[in-house]
Amino acid sequence: MKIGLYPGCSLNGSARDYNESVFALAKAFDIEFEQVPDWNCCGATAAHNMNKELSLSLPARILALAEKHGLADVVVPCAACYSRLAVTQHELLHDPVLRNRVSEIIGMEFKGTTNIMNVIQFVDKFIVDKLEGKITKKFNYNVACYYGCLMVRPAKILKYDRPEDPQSMDVVMRKIGANSLDWGYKVECCGAGLSVSKTDMVSKLSGKIIEDATYRGAEAIIVACPMCHSNLDMRRGDINNYWKNKFTIPVIYLTQAIGLAVGLTEKEVGFKRHFVAVNLPEKKDEPVVDKKVKEKPKEVTSA
Amino acid sequence: MSSGAHHHEVDNSLAGKVRHNTQLNAQRCYQCGKCSAGCPLAADMDYPPSMILRMLQTGDPVFEEKILRSYTIWLCLSCEMCIQRCPMEVDIPVMMDYLRQESIRRKMVNPKAKNIVSFHKSFLDSIKYTGRLFEFGLVVDYKMRSWKMFQDITLMPGMISRGKLHFIPERIKGIKNVSNIFTKVSKEDKK
Repeated sequence: MKIGLYPGCSLNGSARDYNESVFALAKAFDIEFEQVPDWNCCGATAAHNMNKELSLSLPARILALAEKHGLADVVVPCAACYSRLAVTQHELLHDPVLRNRVSEIIGMEFKGTTNIMNVIQFVDKFIVDKLEGKITKKFNYNVACYYGCLMVRPAKILKYDRPEDPQSMDVVMRKIGANSLDWGYKVECCGAGLSVSKTDMVSKLSGKIIEDATYRGAEAIIVACPMCHSNLDMRRGDINNYWKNKFTIPVIYLTQAIGLAVGLTEKEVGFKRHFVAVNLPEKKDEPVVDKKVKEKPKEVTSA
Repeated sequence: MSSGAHHHEVDNSLAGKVRHNTQLNAQRCYQCGKCSAGCPLAADMDYPPSMILRMLQTGDPVFEEKILRSYTIWLCLSCEMCIQRCPMEVDIPVMMDYLRQESIRRKMVNPKAKNIVSFHKSFLDSIKYTGRLFEFGLVVDYKMRSWKMFQDITLMPGMISRGKLHFIPERIKGIKNVSNIFTKVSKEDKK
């Protein structure tokens, strides 16, 4: 089976681990991706902060190319790209004047027919039903599923899951044997696009997420966005300095966790590319939160 | 001028411009403060989001200048928590996008936000010249603009050994098409 894919720039570079796990997982389920030909960057935060027409035209070119190429479903693993593409499609479909203007800017017709899917929707549609017979090693750990902002907001446009307490990732994680925890930072922002220009803000916000997950007893944070991953994983040194702590909880992509459960190796899902080492102990039992680790120590307070 | 839809005279207040360009009405806000309560960076801003709204509502040029010179509009992460919780559905993130662009047009960018603007410019330049984001090029270009030469240098070896940093940019075939987009888009606001 062939489905459209828009990898986006991160998956080509700093989120190579995510890319590898997406492809390895697809292969394990006999899915072939066809990339949107000659795709460009979606413009991300920079474009919509700086120029409205640009922020619509860059994603519109991608979607127009997908349409031209006959790709009905396009999987967008990066939550930030997913949001930009979905918001653009929504805005252009609801404003014919703007749609004509953008079509003129990109020099291509835009119809707005693409089914834009985030990675959880991809898993739900193409993988979940086939999971049962394929699980060879349960992912039996306590996990905190972290959705961040762009997977669920703006909810009016994305119309995907509950905006305050989403469950879609939790459901998938339970299916592969995990104990997904209730926690407080599921949809809080990690600091996103300020990673390079205001690193201290990212350390502050991402640190709160990591702290809550840790003291609720999670053994891993599960993510589905390369920006969340790079802020929680690659920025861990900055975070630990800022919070004067040594948080060691690993940050794992949803696709990596499913991959492991269906028998892919740690290498195949890209663990060696993480900054925070993934040392998940072998376990036979069902995951239960150890009450002892649940208490948050008094001395750890916000900096 | 709240019934602007029936008038043809131009509302030159900042709120009027916001309304004209984004179809969003700042007067809808009744100051419940949910946006500021949920905003992850409200404590680091010079004015929390609800206060930006209140200042917009007054139409007072003194407050309008404070908004355009604020750090708030640049610190806003566009995380969309405010609009998610707003009982009046005032789309603050879309307003913030407009206010940032207006702040650049009037040359009022807050000095503390210069790095953020430099980063956005470096980011967009990378797309303009190659069609895609070239992460290594972005960081180098940003460092030249911001003079932050040594920040993040410690991350580099780790990124290289993990195969996460490419040194050669990928240039897409339709680069002309993409650079045309940059030329054609309007830099002005709607008159």
